[in-house]
Amino acid sequence: MSAGLHAQDSAPGGVNVVALTVVIVLFLAVTVLGFRAARWRRGAGLASLDEWGLGGRSFGTWITWFLLGGDLYTAYTFIAVPAAMFSAGAVAGFFAVPYTIVVYPIIFIFMARLWSVSHRHGYVTPADFVRGRYDSRYLSLAVAVTGILATMPYIALQLVGIQAVLEVMGVGGSDNWLARDLPLFVAFAVLAAYTYSSGLRAPAMIAFVKDTLIYLVIIVAIIYLPIKLGGADVIFGAAKEKFSAPNPATGKPTGVFIPGPAGFWPYATLALGSAMALFMYPHSITAVLSSGRRNVIRRNASILPAYSFLLGLLALLGFVAIAAGTKPIGLDGQPNPQLVVPQLFEDFFPSWFAGVAFAAIAIGALVPAAIMSIAAANLFTRNVYREWIRPEATPAQEAAVSKVASLVVKFGALLFVLLLDKTLALNFQLLGGIWILQTFPTIVFGLYTRWFHRWALLCGWAVAMVYGTVSAYRVINPLTGKHFGGAVADVPFLGQTGYIALTAFAINVVVAVLVTLLLRAAHVPSGRDATERGDYLADAGDPRVADLPDAGGPGEPAGLTPR
Amino acid sequence: MVDPKALPPARKGPFVAAGVLLALPIVALMWVSSYAREGPVLAGFPFFYWYQLGWVFLAAGTTYLAYRLVLGEESRRRREAADRRASS
Repeated sequence: MSAGLHAQDSAPGGVNVVALTVVIVLFLAVTVLGFRAARWRRGAGLASLDEWGLGGRSFGTWITWFLLGGDLYTAYTFIAVPAAMFSAGAVAGFFAVPYTIVVYPIIFIFMARLWSVSHRHGYVTPADFVRGRYDSRYLSLAVAVTGILATMPYIALQLVGIQAVLEVMGVGGSDNWLARDLPLFVAFAVLAAYTYSSGLRAPAMIAFVKDTLIYLVIIVAIIYLPIKLGGADVIFGAAKEKFSAPNPATGKPTGVFIPGPAGFWPYATLALGSAMALFMYPHSITAVLSSGRRNVIRRNASILPAYSFLLGLLALLGFVAIAAGTKPIGLDGQPNPQLVVPQLFEDFFPSWFAGVAFAAIAIGALVPAAIMSIAAANLFTRNVYREWIRPEATPAQEAAVSKVASLVVKFGALLFVLLLDKTLALNFQLLGGIWILQTFPTIVFGLYTRWFHRWALLCGWAVAMVYGTVSAYRVINPLTGKHFGGAVADVPFLGQTGYIALTAFAINVVVAVLVTLLLRAAHVPSGRDATERGDYLADAGDPRVADLPDAGGPGEPAGLTPR
Repeated sequence: MVDPKALPPARKGPFVAAGVLLALPIVALMWVSSYAREGPVLAGFPFFYWYQLGWVFLAAGTTYLAYRLVLGEESRRRREAADRRASS
């Protein structure tokens, strides 16, 4: 099939054989890498969470850059951001650019402290830190459960990314559910197998391939397509025209080309709230803790924006698709904006290059899905299994439980996508973003101060979780009339609309402060802090708490310091 | 290898400067009304779009400067702690 606007002549129903072959070949190559990764930079075997779940805590600047890039900029992002730009415009889509710019100064400030205290105490998860810092297993459990709940739908959405690619290639159109879902099932089974055997080293290694492919594809697309279509002004002109036309259903403009005053608050709060939430997700923290030195993450804060630039260009592919007149029609004959980027590639590029692009997206789903399942498994193992079920678990048992948990998490996500409505995964993902930000006060404030009372933080978290969930439920989509219609709602007392997660966060902090004052006045015990000031400044090579004469220290839960 | 407990206190100057550098992109991008307009157009890109893409590079630069400042201060504290231990 040659390049050109009418390449979709072979669809619907036809399978793009060349593209499919390219995808399968690249997928096989990545599978081999994934299994070989078990032997890569291997330390003392994989029989501990430090090794299996954190890659030996040894990654330097460049591995971390690829790993975090592969982890944060997921396949779903690559599908959803241009889709939002294509169908709704700047406020729904382009906020991803300021979001992924401001995230790095924010994490620059506190992530090095989290790395240091985790290094010194052997913490594997953020909930481990909360346990040690506040001496509260309930607060730690709240952080762990929030993390697991927020991660699960995120894994499910990576599958949606793979599905979009398969659908555009013409795979999965069969009415037989087995033939339809088999490719996805096989992809996930393979992913599960090498994550099980190699741990975090597998996605770290595959991230090299994924990121290289993504950079290649986007750069080619962003140079070739505007030339083909007549330049940037044509593309932006087409977008402006589309969005200023009124929507027949609501009578309002179809979308936002450049936000007006009503869009300022939503745009800014979506960017800031998402940025603050991003590194509360367990998979982000897992990637940070796998780095080998305190300042690796800070150096990365100044080189990771390369991916943000890429994401910005990718977002603009949504506008390119408007100018190109791309018609994202699913195999069921219904329009589906999520297919817009794969469809654009299928329309304009030779099949083999479209295949490379599809492989980039599909492999792009595997890296974050692997890290997310590892992160969720680590939370379950450390903060549910060992804390509540088997306190005497050895490091080898922890690794074994975590491996199985990562399988359960992945197949849970797979069933979620195959059996339930896809919009349910989207709704949960929306909620996940709101929920995960509510662990910010406990984790980040806790890196600086013990002023907040553990029960006050738990109260703030609980109130904000309920508020955020209810507010999100009450947002009605004006087109479909369904609940969970968006992430933006009225902000109480301000007369503006804003990202629900950030409003809930503000409520969270206010409650935490007030209840802390109350509990302190009532002299309610605030628990013993297992950490001390110097812990937050420790670097690789400094002694770990477990190696010090008073190993464990007062208040440290038994066994939280491995080795 | 230094016991982090023995680190001398931090100097304020570099941290304040780093804080300002880190705050710059956040303030600039949260101030949406300052850039939510079409002109001036650059190479076909409306201002709204090229301005934000430009901040990707500016923010990388300010974050890198902040990194140098903080790193310099952290290594000074470590050096002093090591010197003090050697001389005692």
